[in-house]
Amino acid sequence: MSQLPPYATVGQRAWYYGFRVICAFIFFFLIAPILVIIPLSFNAENFFTYTPGMLRLDPEAYSLKHYRDFLTNPEWTSAVWNSVRIAPMATLLSVSLGTLAAVGLSQSHVPGRRAIMAILISPMIVPLIISATGMYFFYSKINIVGTYWGVVLAHTVLGIPFVIITVTATLVGFDKSLTRAAANMGADPVTTFFRVQMPLILPGVISGGLFAFITSFDEVVVVLFIGSAELQTLPWQMFTGLREQISPTILAAATILVAISIGLLTTVEILRRRSERLRGMSPG
Amino acid sequence: MASDSTNDAFVVFDRVQKSYDGETLVVKDLNLSLPKGEFLTMLGPSGSGKTTCLMMLAGFETATHGEILLDGKPINNIPPHKRGIGMVFQNYALFPHMTVAENLAFPLEVRKMGKSEREAKVKRALDMVQMGEFGGRRPAQLSGGQQQRIALARALVFEPELVLMDEPLGALDKQLREHMQFEITSIAHNLGITTVYVTHDQTEALTMSDRVAVFEDGRIQQLAPPDELYEAPQNSFVAQFIGENNTLEGVVETISNGECTVRVADGSLIDAKPVNVTKPGEKTLISIRPERVEMGKSRLHPDAHTLKAEVLEFIYMGDIFRTRLRVAGRDDFVIKTRNAPDQKRLKPGEQIEIGWLAEDARALDA
Repeated sequence: MSQLPPYATVGQRAWYYGFRVICAFIFFFLIAPILVIIPLSFNAENFFTYTPGMLRLDPEAYSLKHYRDFLTNPEWTSAVWNSVRIAPMATLLSVSLGTLAAVGLSQSHVPGRRAIMAILISPMIVPLIISATGMYFFYSKINIVGTYWGVVLAHTVLGIPFVIITVTATLVGFDKSLTRAAANMGADPVTTFFRVQMPLILPGVISGGLFAFITSFDEVVVVLFIGSAELQTLPWQMFTGLREQISPTILAAATILVAISIGLLTTVEILRRRSERLRGMSPG
Repeated sequence: MASDSTNDAFVVFDRVQKSYDGETLVVKDLNLSLPKGEFLTMLGPSGSGKTTCLMMLAGFETATHGEILLDGKPINNIPPHKRGIGMVFQNYALFPHMTVAENLAFPLEVRKMGKSEREAKVKRALDMVQMGEFGGRRPAQLSGGQQQRIALARALVFEPELVLMDEPLGALDKQLREHMQFEITSIAHNLGITTVYVTHDQTEALTMSDRVAVFEDGRIQQLAPPDELYEAPQNSFVAQFIGENNTLEGVVETISNGECTVRVADGSLIDAKPVNVTKPGEKTLISIRPERVEMGKSRLHPDAHTLKAEVLEFIYMGDIFRTRLRVAGRDDFVIKTRNAPDQKRLKPGEQIEIGWLAEDARALDA
């Protein structure tokens, strides 16, 4: 942390400390709502509040019963299974299509590339409820509402903008003479892409994929429109759970999701730094 | 150019034009042919079209008009990866995620060469550039000069017959650059490969090449061996661009038998060799190298013309003396004299007489 220079004025000193207080508040508002649910998920009662026993740190007041419910109740297990089936496939499609789009749109000779980019990114900007309504009418015309591939396709569309944005950002720093060098040495465009370009833009692809995965795993609005009773994903189940039964099992699910998210982010960040290190070594 | 026979030529540019926007031509009517084994340098200021020519040869740009032939075959419709041309890039373009050995093996791998043969060739190429120890390193762990060598080895490892180099020494310091100039030329000549080298550094062009093509404004201004380029520039652009050069404006007075006299700005007459002037009355630019100017008349023809000059500045440079003179109203006229025991050291303000052999002063286009 930077030190205050000796010549700082009163105003600068006030801002120096004031800034830190503001930052602390921001962190508090971001993290507190997440932290507060974690102890609640171990509640021995079926309530959403801290019981007097919990506040006394009485071991009797805590239990794992909501976790047990989450892992055994078929409503929850099928929801988890649906999310686990849908999210990776949507991620795979988003990453493949988004990366190809980003690579294509980074070529300066593509006509109307700004317009195409704007259209591809629009699912991120258009209010989700509008996208979802549109998708519902369109998908019902082609009879894929309520099907596995319908949900996967909808989530792919939502994930693509993240991949395009992160991969495009990585491509900005990509040295075009590397692909030229590869071509010059006899590598056809496909070989060049997989052997030279892909390893170097991998950090962007991985981050984009992560965002796409989280989008699909968290998404509730579109799945309410496109999904069906058999295709209830985890967020859907949490949403209906909140509305209909208010069971703390939701909190157990949330805690597990938080743990998975942290694990995922950490892994991806380590991977990204590793390949960033390789990339940062590029000459010039 | 016109005198070259295109029969045994390895690379031919035939009336090639290039335009990026469909309006302005970056390369205008380029004709060039080079035989197998030649080291040709494309020299010119930035924006003169030299790099565009190289990129067309490599296949990264397509010619708007005209034909490029490689070993007798037109290559306009052959994609870069099927041309089999080696290339050294300005920033080396080494793959940062591969080791040096993997970089070198890449062109062999895409040619589906067996592992043992590949390793042997990589080792031979690394030894050739004296980098045998560095196969396991990554490019970022090497210095600029070492990266340069690896880039060279990678361009040669698949034994192409033609190698292109795009200002490969630009990022190196002076000493290393001079060393690499020597190394590149000796490797190219030993392997007998045809080389097209692009640079804006005239020293590099003069010291390395068999022939130099001077580019300006999308055209080759002159294509000649280095000595001819320096001593017999065909127009004032080439004279100015290559080496240090004095110019005097004037009007042709008489012209006969390969010699002419030119009346310069202050009214005095001087001898010159007509290069692209043909008749009296024409405006001309006389070009004379600083080291070809004579002081006094001792070594000149008895009836040679001389000019009066005033010494403005005398610079001692060790091996040579550099003297700046005011001649015919211009005060940027420079002469260079060797630091010999009997050489006079001039003082500012001294009045001297200068002249030259008619064939050393070239009367060029004005």
